[in-house]
Amino acid sequence: MKLSGAEILIESLKREGVKYIFGYPGGVVLNIFDSLYDEKDIKLILTRHEQGAIHAADGYARASGKVGIGLVTSGPGATNTVTGIATASMDSIPIVVFSGQVPTMLIGNDAFQEADIVGITRPCTKYNFLVKDVKDLSRIVREAFYIASSGRPGPVLIDLPKDVTAGRADFVWPEIDIRSYKPTYEGNKWMIAQAAHLIAKAKKPLIVAGGGVISSGAAKELRELAEHANVPVTMTLMGLGGFPGSHKLSLGMLGMHGTYYANKAVQDSDLLFAIGMRFDDRVTGKVDAFAPHAKIIHLDIDPTSIKKNVRVDVPIVGDVKKVLTVMNKVLKEEVKEQWDEVRRAWLRQIDAWKAERPMTYTYSDEIIKPQFVVEKIYELTKGDAIIATEVGQNQMWAAQFFKYDKPRRWLSSGGLGTMGYGFPAAIGAQFAHPDKLVIDIAGDGSIQMNIQELATAVINKLPVKVAILNNRYLGMVRQWQELFFNERYSHTKLDDTVPDFVKIAEAYGAVGLRATKPAEVEPVLREAFKIKRTVFMDFVVDWKEKVYPMVPAGAAIDQMLFEEIEKKTEKKLRAVK
Amino acid sequence: MRHTISVLVENKFGVLSRISGLFSGRGYNIESLSVGETIDPQVSIMTIVTTGDDLVIEQITKQLNKLIDVIKVTDMKELDHVEREMVLLKVVPKPDDRTEVLNLAEIFRGRIVDSSPKTYTIEITGDEKKIEAFVELMKPMGIKEFVRTGKVAIAREGTKKKQI
Repeated sequence: MKLSGAEILIESLKREGVKYIFGYPGGVVLNIFDSLYDEKDIKLILTRHEQGAIHAADGYARASGKVGIGLVTSGPGATNTVTGIATASMDSIPIVVFSGQVPTMLIGNDAFQEADIVGITRPCTKYNFLVKDVKDLSRIVREAFYIASSGRPGPVLIDLPKDVTAGRADFVWPEIDIRSYKPTYEGNKWMIAQAAHLIAKAKKPLIVAGGGVISSGAAKELRELAEHANVPVTMTLMGLGGFPGSHKLSLGMLGMHGTYYANKAVQDSDLLFAIGMRFDDRVTGKVDAFAPHAKIIHLDIDPTSIKKNVRVDVPIVGDVKKVLTVMNKVLKEEVKEQWDEVRRAWLRQIDAWKAERPMTYTYSDEIIKPQFVVEKIYELTKGDAIIATEVGQNQMWAAQFFKYDKPRRWLSSGGLGTMGYGFPAAIGAQFAHPDKLVIDIAGDGSIQMNIQELATAVINKLPVKVAILNNRYLGMVRQWQELFFNERYSHTKLDDTVPDFVKIAEAYGAVGLRATKPAEVEPVLREAFKIKRTVFMDFVVDWKEKVYPMVPAGAAIDQMLFEEIEKKTEKKLRAVK
Repeated sequence: MRHTISVLVENKFGVLSRISGLFSGRGYNIESLSVGETIDPQVSIMTIVTTGDDLVIEQITKQLNKLIDVIKVTDMKELDHVEREMVLLKVVPKPDDRTEVLNLAEIFRGRIVDSSPKTYTIEITGDEKKIEAFVELMKPMGIKEFVRTGKVAIAREGTKKKQI
């Protein structure tokens, strides 16, 4: 029996185990939406903007480890997905985006709602397809899912001309073999042995764990390695949760807004084991001055990540989980007691750095400090929540003052730094985990970039919580202006133009709560967590607060700026346990 | 350092723009690029001449390999190989120089593929040095038009990768 292209698409999605599609309808995808009308197994989640749909698919993918799906129409529908696709691309998140396209006959004619989305997304997808014949559709879907989720994951776009979705063909589900795409999973044994040897010998070793630990599902193997070989671990922004943040060997995040002790440890280490990370400039600071005394072992599934930004002594191309499993076996054969002896001085040094400058902020009784809100969220949830963030100060405080003990509980746009990411991503994550507490930690600037998704959250009865750290500024940019541009706050002061978030929430049918004093923070959070509905929490916070420590752009990562603390306020310092 | 890189790709539409987009997007330089089908019509071969230090060239070959449609990447620098390029040039010599042009073309094993009372069109094939030398000789004769194919390269049979 012949099926229409739209029916073939849906059957293919079922075979790939798809439960949710995040999308928005339009002219050329009518055939697909018509087929979805009677569909029981796959639910289309209507967002209120195509960008929101792609971030939601991305959040779903990050929280679940499955492939996230977006479906949009041609032209503006497709171009609206670009930010979402680029976000997923920079952070290696597996999503498949279906865009409608004008009929094949009209392609290139500047038809109504035509955009060359395959051309536009070529540099920000892992791969993309234009389906020209309905007979190829199911094979292409299968290839797309395979490409998106294998090797170094990433977004794939499939452009579907209207006549392809209307055309008819027999359904086939062919085995696929892409001869030009064979990711390397098994690391070179000799390199692994060499790396294990270096780890065993090192006096001051340090592991830098990145997002690859999470996408590979290697948190257990990493913990085993760190504990067995007694090696401290610092994480990149993308790596948070790859190793338990509350573990005694954890140094928290490194880099521009990393902890003092993580950055000091990098600079002093004699062996850096970089796992599933790519030495982003926000991690390395000044590259020439990065880890000057360390030999570097770099494990990554993507060969282009290796030796791109920093010199590497032992490169290992492979899957983090597979390589660490082999490495753990090799290390188990070594004598553990010896290392503990050799490492003692190093671990003591790290403890001294931790004591010297712990993560702190100055608490106030009068005005809410944004860090206090994050700290309270951590305290009340006991860390058992999925945290999404927007981008800017809110993102950094959420990274610094919340400890992520498990993978896939931290959803943040690391590479592209997309404001407006967090709220739709939280929506996607809530679909993946309906019973989990999902919180978007937002700023008053970022939340306005996809605030329309309130409708999506409310209509789907999602208990997503949004904690807005409202400082009436585009805070991170303001911070740079204060520090490096003589306090000339060019276009960062939102002030009176910040809307009443409580009223906005209520207008959409969500719950709005507000705290203006530190004493109100905990009651507001408690109430919000109790309510099984979408809640916006407007925390009116100190606008002067800055993210510290901070490594100025272009400086070595141990040249950090710290909060200047006057003597009289010193007793109010709160150390985060 | 100049490198000649040979890239075997799936012969699909858009593959050329994936390759050129990679070079422009990452700020790599293309000196010349030539593309053609292989014996297998599903596979094309591109010969790209590019410049960069060792780290850049390593990144270029890795980034090319990472593209889904790329089957194989060979840096010809690592192999004994033959490089050739073809140039067509139209010269307008003074009447006294016409014989000299013919002589020079013969010395360089060029072919006259078209002639008119005022011009000769010469086809010349060879490696870079030969072509450069010939073009230098033709300049004083008056070059009116000039087109070149870009390099193609092939490894000599039985050679192994040089250790670099």
